[in-house]
Amino acid sequence: MYSEKVIELFMNPKNAGRIDNPDGVGQVGNPQCGDIMKIYIKVKDDRIEDISFETFGCASAIASSSMVTEMVKGKTLDEALKVSNKDVMEELGGLPPQKIHCSLLAEEGIKAAIEDYRKKAGIK
Amino acid sequence: MPARKVYLDHSATTPLAAEVYEAMKPFLQERFGNPNSLHSWGREARKAVDESRASIARLINAEPREVIITGGGSEADNLAIKGTAFALQGRGRHIITSAIEHHAVIDTCKWLEKQGFELTVLPVDETGMVSIADLDAAIREETILVTIMYANNEVGTIQPVREIVRTARAKGVRVHLDGVQAVGHIPVDVKDLDADLLTLSAHKMYGPKGVGALYVKRGVKLDPLVHGGGQEFGLRSGTENTAGIVGFGAAAELANRRLEEGAVEEESRLKDLLINGITDKIPNAHITGHPVERLPFHASVCFDYIEGESMLLRLDAAGIGASSGSACTSGSLEPSHVLLAMGIPHELAHGSLRLTLGKDTTEEDILYVLEILPKVVSDLRALSPLGKELS
Repeated sequence: MYSEKVIELFMNPKNAGRIDNPDGVGQVGNPQCGDIMKIYIKVKDDRIEDISFETFGCASAIASSSMVTEMVKGKTLDEALKVSNKDVMEELGGLPPQKIHCSLLAEEGIKAAIEDYRKKAGIK
Repeated sequence: MPARKVYLDHSATTPLAAEVYEAMKPFLQERFGNPNSLHSWGREARKAVDESRASIARLINAEPREVIITGGGSEADNLAIKGTAFALQGRGRHIITSAIEHHAVIDTCKWLEKQGFELTVLPVDETGMVSIADLDAAIREETILVTIMYANNEVGTIQPVREIVRTARAKGVRVHLDGVQAVGHIPVDVKDLDADLLTLSAHKMYGPKGVGALYVKRGVKLDPLVHGGGQEFGLRSGTENTAGIVGFGAAAELANRRLEEGAVEEESRLKDLLINGITDKIPNAHITGHPVERLPFHASVCFDYIEGESMLLRLDAAGIGASSGSACTSGSLEPSHVLLAMGIPHELAHGSLRLTLGKDTTEEDILYVLEILPKVVSDLRALSPLGKELS
């Protein structure tokens, strides 16, 4: 049911954990539904210098977290905001239909973290 | 490759026992006769079907004539419930069931509700037990059937079946017990129980898939679901699945022997080793189901801050086969109705794990699980934003 890429990232996720003193933090999902994704970013010169995630959820939620953090690392904030759930899905080699919301959480998690950073930095 | 392969999902299905396979083989090929034919080929098949029916009957202390072979447990549940509803609708149209039934029972009852029958769904307590007082209060003049499972597939709780039967029969109401998880694993005696209908499944007791049975007490009237040639005493038409029935008979013999040889005690010992090991080694692990009145091979637990599917896949990667009632493993958005009915909150139900032991499970297997599972849980908790105080 899952692609090899999803299983690989689920078993060995990249950028897992928490960053000390993050510049932005975004949390999406809720435990009732069985998915929570929390994204931490460090921003330098308008670029995502470092990023990590903590995720409670199924294999596709963890794989999507790992994938999206890899995809936006080093990108400018505006570039990162353009990464969509479809892009994440494509890189993962697809997700089963009932798991598409996991890739949506990844997109929303990045947006929430950037929004948090901009709010804190006073940028509109 | 994992260091070891440990299958602990025997509530889902069991492997076909070698002796069952051997018994079935001739009937897949050279002994191909139709049991309804008069010639030697047919008589040979008929004899095998009759002997197998007798073996199945012996397992539950029934008469062979009271065993109706079906195409599995779900069909037997359907026959019991719809067969009763259609046969007795002149007397009443009220059915009582519980909140933790298998879908073969729940969905059948709900379908009947759409056809104009009335349904009462009894709640369960936090251990998964129905209350006899609730049952007694729910029985009305129009009640024609009480259908409650003997033992639950997800949490292993064994219902107070004797009291359930006594309560219903005192008011003249028919009782169906879904015994799919229980029969072959704990002693079940229909004469002693006095139940009217009991569902059995072969593949839950080392027999083949696609064959089950409904025990129908002598004198209990049912309408058939499948009409045709009148096989199975007119209750289930269709040429008999001879190889499957022979396999079921061999599985029943095996189950009888295992029960006599103390399988319950040995499985209980390993199950307790597993449950105690889990609660000792893993913080925030909550055993679900009844602590004592449970199937001897059944361990079920919910972990805080764990999502079930992730846990299953990590266990699978380590060679361990298990199952979960989390939403992600069910293909729906809701976690298990059984866990929710027991009052377990959604977020905890997502972290459910079921480990069901079998006849070939060894102590080494359990020790291996107790080595792998704590690490899987702590790794997933480390990945999660929740429950950081635990890691």
